[in-house]
Amino acid sequence: MKVPISLNKLPISPSIDKVGVEERVARFQTRSIKNESKRHGLDLVLSMIDLTTLEGKDTPGKVKQMCYKAHHLHDAYAGVPNVAAVCVYPSMVRIAKTALNGTDVKVASVSTAFPSGQSTREIKITDTKFAVDEGADEIDMVISRGKFLAGEYNFVFDEIASIKEACGKARLKVILETGELCTLDNVRKASDIAIYAGADFIKTSTGKIQPAATMQVTYTMLMAIKDYYDATGIMIGMKPAGGISTSKLALHNLVMVKEILGNNWLNNEWFRFGASSLANDVLMQIMKLETGVYQSSDYFSID
Amino acid sequence: MAKKKPGKEGVNWDYSPSLESTSHISILPKYELFINNEWVKPSSKKYFKTTNPANEEVLSEIAWANDHDVDLAVKAARNAYNDVWSKTSPKERSKYIYRIARLMQEQARELSVIETLDAGKPIRESRDIDVPLACNHFFYYAGWADKLEFAFPNQAMEALGVAGQIIPWNFPLLMAAWKIAPALAAGNCVVLKPAETTSLTALKLAEIIKASGLPPGVVNIVTGHGDTGAAIVNHPDINKIAFTGSTNVGKIIQRAIAGTGKKATLELGGKSANIIFDDAPIDQAVEGIVNGIFFNQGHVCCAGSRLFVQENIAELVIRKLKHRMDSLYLGNPLDKNTDIGAINSKEQLETIEKYIKIGISEGAEIYQSACELPGKGYFCHPTIFTNVAQSSRISQEEIFGPVLSIQTFRTVDEVIQKANNSPYGLAAGVWTDKGSRIFNLTSKLRAGVIWANTYNKFDPTSPFGGYKESGFGREGGLHGLGAYLKMKL
Repeated sequence: MKVPISLNKLPISPSIDKVGVEERVARFQTRSIKNESKRHGLDLVLSMIDLTTLEGKDTPGKVKQMCYKAHHLHDAYAGVPNVAAVCVYPSMVRIAKTALNGTDVKVASVSTAFPSGQSTREIKITDTKFAVDEGADEIDMVISRGKFLAGEYNFVFDEIASIKEACGKARLKVILETGELCTLDNVRKASDIAIYAGADFIKTSTGKIQPAATMQVTYTMLMAIKDYYDATGIMIGMKPAGGISTSKLALHNLVMVKEILGNNWLNNEWFRFGASSLANDVLMQIMKLETGVYQSSDYFSID
Repeated sequence: MAKKKPGKEGVNWDYSPSLESTSHISILPKYELFINNEWVKPSSKKYFKTTNPANEEVLSEIAWANDHDVDLAVKAARNAYNDVWSKTSPKERSKYIYRIARLMQEQARELSVIETLDAGKPIRESRDIDVPLACNHFFYYAGWADKLEFAFPNQAMEALGVAGQIIPWNFPLLMAAWKIAPALAAGNCVVLKPAETTSLTALKLAEIIKASGLPPGVVNIVTGHGDTGAAIVNHPDINKIAFTGSTNVGKIIQRAIAGTGKKATLELGGKSANIIFDDAPIDQAVEGIVNGIFFNQGHVCCAGSRLFVQENIAELVIRKLKHRMDSLYLGNPLDKNTDIGAINSKEQLETIEKYIKIGISEGAEIYQSACELPGKGYFCHPTIFTNVAQSSRISQEEIFGPVLSIQTFRTVDEVIQKANNSPYGLAAGVWTDKGSRIFNLTSKLRAGVIWANTYNKFDPTSPFGGYKESGFGREGGLHGLGAYLKMKL
């Protein structure tokens, strides 16, 4: 199991040139994904989705319906994979866990005073332990962006390390909320801190702040994962979340993962999409490939 | 109902072949010379074949112009200049150039595919770079045609007359645009000779020019080999030679026109330095190295073929570079996913292979990307050499292929000295996070174009040209326009 390393072992993050990143990302978007490759890619995308509902108005009824969809994406067509996980608030974990009993779909819970993270260490640890006790397989924590921007990197590092400890066997995804970090230099630095502090996954966004998972941000985080892997041989997962609602964008993300990290990352153990509306667009594309015609959105269940 | 389990192991996901269609293009079995807006049979009666370097198939036969044919073309240009073009109002000139630009845009897809077939460059590049940039050159200079007195204030000026233009095979259509657009905007007539391995897009451009209604004789395109080029250079009624190509030929041209009063701009070879400092944005710098040397298979006069990496980050940069090289797709240039296409000709492939052997015999360490080469056609692995010395031939001589020689350096002064220690001076790249260092280097590096934190960026508004054996004169921007004007005050 991955253990946190002390902050003084953290390497100096390389600087990031935004213009260069934009150009590189544009290259990934010119890759042409067709036929077999597209069909296979779409299946992969579906299997990597964390189907998400994170609203104040979430109820057991809503969560149960979403969980049913998680393993019955489109019963009208056989052979569609399940999504990887559902992602809910801690209070909904037990409901989701019960609803998904007997399936291979994981339950991920946000924690640490999601989405702002503006609370005390004790409350965040309690929040995390509660979610794990309720049965969460994965914890999606948020970093303290205020502390990060104030330059208190030690605080951010220690906080992640303590949540990692509270996770026990649950895998830890660390949300950087890149829309609040603003620069790619900050994104890279926060990625390095999160990875070295014990993150199993790094994740772009809460979905509550725009911009969220832009390809530039995801690219920068993937490069951090790549550098860490080259230095230690340890794999870290990546989860872009928020703003990826089309198959095309999802496939471009896969292209990026493939060309930077390689095929070993192309599964839901190491790559996830945090998205609520992506699944239906992918299903629509799959049905187009299979039947030759587009079906309207009324043919795909919303929950 | 059986469900597929989400995969736990990595999957072998790859891109299916995605070939650009060739159904919409038209290539004639035989092309004549384009003189006076007519297709004229060569008096030499000779034709040569042009082939697709990616599969060695013959695409078409091209007329081979001799002295007499060139003389016809020059006469056509002179007559057009005297009788029509010099009397055409600048505003009208401008309209014609815009029309050519728009027609090129309309035919952009066809032009890209033909460029890729004839030159071997990946369709991604001809579609996204060569053709749009060629159109932009016409658009840009069309805008200047009726504003020359604003381009060069307080000066009286006139066109030179007839320009002889000889262009290389690495960017066939783009080089034709670089040459023709400013010449027309300034009011000159043109005799252009494309390179013998890549005449097709220039001939398609001739069709476009004819369709644009440009008066006969203003642009003439004569195809052929070196002797055709020599006939243009030596023709007494030409006022200016614009040449892009090798330094050797550039020297021959300069000797030939000495004392004739012909003006010249020469854009020749290079061995440009790409310099990476330890504070550079490393991953973007690696991308810049790749763009610098592997863009267009390294057939770029300003290719960043000498890489200087600060010694303390050399290992990291080289490791990242190798990894990036392994993700490059090499293969059919028509495939939209191809990053590295075919070497332009058999001769060029032999030259490149010769230099790779020299590199190995000089004791440099070679690394070639993991991709497989297709069985047919002229292909070469993206190649880097480490442990290269300043005195190695592979770091001194232009290879004009996807071969990079890597040297390390310790200090700023050392790298400036080493970068300048070359008979060439076309371009350079500087990668650092420090603004002051960029200004320090750009003022001290003796190269015509210097890029900071990027490489191989081209724009019609930006002048391009070299120091020392890389040539003289500038193309692009106002400088490129001035090169086709005689200032009278």
